Amino acid sequence: MAGNSKALERLVNGIIKENPTFVLTLGMCPTLAVTTSAVNGLGMGLTTAAVLALSNMIISLMRKIIPNKVRIPAFIVIIASFVTVVQLLLQAYLPSLNDALGVYIPLIVVNCIILGRAESYSYFNPPIPSLFDGIGMGLGFSVALTLIGGFRELLGVGEVFGYRVMPESFTPIGIFVLAPGAFFVLATLTAIQNYIKIRGAKMGKDTSKIGSGCSEDCMNCGEKGCSKRFYDNTEEGKEEN
Amino acid sequence: METVKELLIILISSSLVSNVVLSQFLGLCPFLGVSKKTNTAVGMGVAVIFVITLASAVAGAMYQFILVPLGIEYLQTICFILVIAALVQFVEMFLRKAIPSLYEALGVYLPLITTNCAVLGVALTNVQKEYGILAGVVNGFATATGFTISIIILAGIREKIQYNDVPESFKGMPIVLLTAGLMAIAFCGFSGLL
Repeated sequence: MAGNSKALERLVNGIIKENPTFVLTLGMCPTLAVTTSAVNGLGMGLTTAAVLALSNMIISLMRKIIPNKVRIPAFIVIIASFVTVVQLLLQAYLPSLNDALGVYIPLIVVNCIILGRAESYSYFNPPIPSLFDGIGMGLGFSVALTLIGGFRELLGVGEVFGYRVMPESFTPIGIFVLAPGAFFVLATLTAIQNYIKIRGAKMGKDTSKIGSGCSEDCMNCGEKGCSKRFYDNTEEGKEEN
Repeated sequence: METVKELLIILISSSLVSNVVLSQFLGLCPFLGVSKKTNTAVGMGVAVIFVITLASAVAGAMYQFILVPLGIEYLQTICFILVIAALVQFVEMFLRKAIPSLYEALGVYLPLITTNCAVLGVALTNVQKEYGILAGVVNGFATATGFTISIIILAGIREKIQYNDVPESFKGMPIVLLTAGLMAIAFCGFSGLL
């Protein structure tokens, strides 16, 4: 069935081809802040995935009603509503996760992955592919966060998902679960990404998809979903620079 | 009522001890994206101080006088983000008409701050920690000052890094992130202050 393969294609695209963290490097604030353990990473990833899938679908359903000029405020209201719903659900049923993630749950609203998907995919596509696009992207984000969280937990505490995996003789490198460790892990990650990009370019492969997200140059940001695009009159600012 | 001592503690802890970028990872995008030169970093820093202080006052007042009396505190996320976005838009329009010289200096940076997670983060933290309006404004100002201090330091270091021989894979973002990591270690030293 054509519908099925389209949905599957969106899932694979989100998890592997356009993985928001490893390939597009979007949404770095939560990635760094909550990945102190694999469980926190997974929790944050799945929460974001739920918001992403639902808001993608609703935005897609409403794409013919929302006027182009006020689309971004409209997206933000839709996203913020789902974030509030998810936050209330977490408070009720998973209070421990809610406490661990704290202020980063409401901050999902300003995660550029979500606004980015709304801007580049769900505003132009029918609801079902948009839903699967959201699920795929969300799962890709979850996988990335769990991996980073697991890695930091492994080096920083010697455990993964709370289970001891390192031998007794291993002295945990405590800095990896602290704030500086997050920067070092992300630095290594982007260095590996750079390496792949440089090697790919030498072999003549198309590496243009590998992005640097928000981290390159804020002033001339062309990234879809960047906060700068909240207005439509940003061109004036660009010229001055 | 909050005493001066409490406000002073908020000031120091939000600006240095739990620095908004280096220990809470909020506002990371402008921190990395606008720190190539010291003068743009200063401009961004001042704009952030301006917006966050104003936004925490407005968000605090709205929470205290509208959301709490109506019993709809759970709508805080939606209300805050809309108020902040409208506020930044309004400030931009006001500056352009009233104080063109200030608009020249800050105008470019204002749109970048609209949905910056630090602004929303401060408004939400104020509610979470049950700060009053005054303490909220002080916390906002201190957080933004912390942001400004760290972005200026980073910009200073980046200007020097340009002359260094960095391995090819580490050029660009990776080396900046490593620098930020080392700065975060240095800022850990402030935790002995309180």
